[in-house]
Amino acid sequence: MATPENKLAFSGGWEYDPAPQSTDHITLNKRYGLFINGDFVPPARGRYFDTINPATEEKISRVADASSDDVDKAVKAARAAYNGAWGRMKPAERGKYIYRIARIIQERAREFSVIESLDGGKPIRESRDIDVPLAAAHFFYYAGWADKLEYAFPGRTARSLGVAGQIIPWNFPLLMASWKIAPALACGNTVVLKPAETTPLTALKLAEVVADAGLPPGVVNIITGSGVAGAALVEHPGVDKIAFTGSTNVGRMIQKTLAGTNKKYTLELGGKAANIIFADAAIDEAVEGIVNGIFFNQGHVCCAGSRLLVQESVADEVIAKLKDRMETLIVGDPLDKNTDIGAINSPMQLEKIESYLKIGREEGGEMHQSSCRLPKKGYWCRPTIFTGVSQSNRIVQDEIFGPVLAIQTFRRYDEAVMKANNTPYGLSGGVWTDKGAKIFKVTQAIRAGVIWANTFNKFDPTSPFGGYKESGVGREGGLHGLGAYVKLGA
Amino acid sequence: MASALKNQRIAVAKTYKLYIGGKFPRTESGRYFALEDKRGVVIANMCRGSRKDFRNSVVVARKAQSGWAKASAYFRGQILYRIAEMLEGRREQFIAELILQGSTPRAAEREINRSIDRLIYFAGWADKYQQVFSAVNPVSSSHFNFSVLEPTGVISILAPDDSSLLGLISNIAPAIVGGNTCIVLASESMPLCAVSFAEVLHSADVPGGVVNILTGFRAELTEFFASHMDVNAVIYCDGGKAVARTVQELAADNIKRVVARTRLDWAGSDAANPYLISDTQEVKTTWHPIGS
Repeated sequence: MATPENKLAFSGGWEYDPAPQSTDHITLNKRYGLFINGDFVPPARGRYFDTINPATEEKISRVADASSDDVDKAVKAARAAYNGAWGRMKPAERGKYIYRIARIIQERAREFSVIESLDGGKPIRESRDIDVPLAAAHFFYYAGWADKLEYAFPGRTARSLGVAGQIIPWNFPLLMASWKIAPALACGNTVVLKPAETTPLTALKLAEVVADAGLPPGVVNIITGSGVAGAALVEHPGVDKIAFTGSTNVGRMIQKTLAGTNKKYTLELGGKAANIIFADAAIDEAVEGIVNGIFFNQGHVCCAGSRLLVQESVADEVIAKLKDRMETLIVGDPLDKNTDIGAINSPMQLEKIESYLKIGREEGGEMHQSSCRLPKKGYWCRPTIFTGVSQSNRIVQDEIFGPVLAIQTFRRYDEAVMKANNTPYGLSGGVWTDKGAKIFKVTQAIRAGVIWANTFNKFDPTSPFGGYKESGVGREGGLHGLGAYVKLGA
Repeated sequence: MASALKNQRIAVAKTYKLYIGGKFPRTESGRYFALEDKRGVVIANMCRGSRKDFRNSVVVARKAQSGWAKASAYFRGQILYRIAEMLEGRREQFIAELILQGSTPRAAEREINRSIDRLIYFAGWADKYQQVFSAVNPVSSSHFNFSVLEPTGVISILAPDDSSLLGLISNIAPAIVGGNTCIVLASESMPLCAVSFAEVLHSADVPGGVVNILTGFRAELTEFFASHMDVNAVIYCDGGKAVARTVQELAADNIKRVVARTRLDWAGSDAANPYLISDTQEVKTTWHPIGS
């Protein structure tokens, strides 16, 4: 139990002064066209839409709304590049171009991180320390594979696929673009990438990087737009492979759409990860892991630890410490370097999260939120936990994609594993215990693609990522991520 | 004449049944289809397996899966080797069945030899594929990070119609050597070997439920093999675009992994390589901090 003596004193009158990252270093155009065949071009039907800062509700820029005509143009440019310069290039030279992209992202890291936080609402601390460095690292890692593919697939010959159509979500815009583009290029493919509707800007800045790096025209094409453009890309007969990150429902639709075609696909879909805390865990560290698991990036994380399974004997202590810790989380201006939790990405997403808060209470869950102040404008959600929920509750089963944690308890190991696996998802999981043998027992028993033991939400370009069951097909990252972009032959 | 009849022994024909959960039931549906030789003489009345037979098979396959996956690689390798031993001992029966199904004696002999050797081949992979396909990943942060393969789970297999024994074995062996359990639809036009192979599996101490073999009609059963929500992957080996579309569309309901093995040369390295194992494996990556 949390006793008054060991309770941290957070109410000591300390206030953080604002420490906003300045935005004067970035350049953004008022309007962006589509990046096709090495140039920014206006969309065929002349339509544009606004991209909004979710922390201020102010317009940042206007971006092109690609139609199926534009998609067709982009795919044709990618095909021409594949049949032309890129396809004929020596793998080692291909690699050098990808290295260049990594280096330029590093050089322009500050600009990228500010734009990422402006456009998507994530705290600058995360875009600066996680998204942007990892994006550069991803290009750097895969660049080196370009001329070493024969060592990745023993006994087989790896060949490129052709044109890859790639559709990414709004939660890690630049990072997801790099997860998609880097391995595709390393394996000799060309790409057409469609960023999410609410977060197009860093992908467009990445297009600038691609141009600055001198890649042959058409190797990387970036088209902004809605689901209409995404659907057109999936259905386009000139595409050889689809890589999609997003919801399980859309992933299912894509898998159905691709049925009967010869297109390869990888799907990185939803999750509802259980973070399991055993009584013998280092409790303070585990509480940090819980916070990182569910409140990282406002909970807009497919591998978020959105279910907490805590052993009954320490449940009161863990929950008390978690509530204390939640009080310290600073929610607000994404550009402030002290901010822990930024803005919810869009009004649609906020509405979805709030509907789940309602459902959780209606189903009998007990809701607790931190008491922090929220800014007047923008889209915000306080860090939220639910106790008293059961396995059949929707907030235990559905992916909410927000800072909302469902807490359940367990007594025995078997019960923890059963509850953890009782979901159609299987993307990630967490386990906290000081006993090595127990770690291996649990990590083996959880049916999920990424397991964090005594840590959570760590990522690295060398580390494969992807789900079991309805969390997706295929892996991204690491040696295993190459498999998504090659066909193997004798 | 009378004495000739008196000395004639009447052969005992086998009843060809299904293989579900380590038992040999008839189809619950009570249906059959007659298998005829080239001259139209009935060879056997095969069970015409039903949706319910398939669903029962999924239940036992699911039940058997975690135990089979937990068995050591060495054990699984020995079980596969044992299957080969049992098949070797029953060569003559399989040759006879292959010939009965229309094979020439020479082709039949080649197929049984290759089938036995294919089992030995995959038996040997049991404790090796993990070493070839797993990785320790040099992450930048202070963590120990490694990726291993784990079985995808329960696999439904629409075995090739034109390779009734070698094709069947080339699909079953890589699935089960990797800790999966499976439900297999045997060749429709040449189903005899599959049922006899079930008897081989049974006598090789393959745990009940690890392999389940049904006979029946492709056109009827394909959709159930592709759509069942407790099946994790589906493998198909025949059919044109229409079959591919049906299988893939239905598989999407629970994001099944779909493995197409159409146009494979079952005799060649197409069907004898460890990537047939990794087709039905999941990569699991585990992180742990390094530090005090």
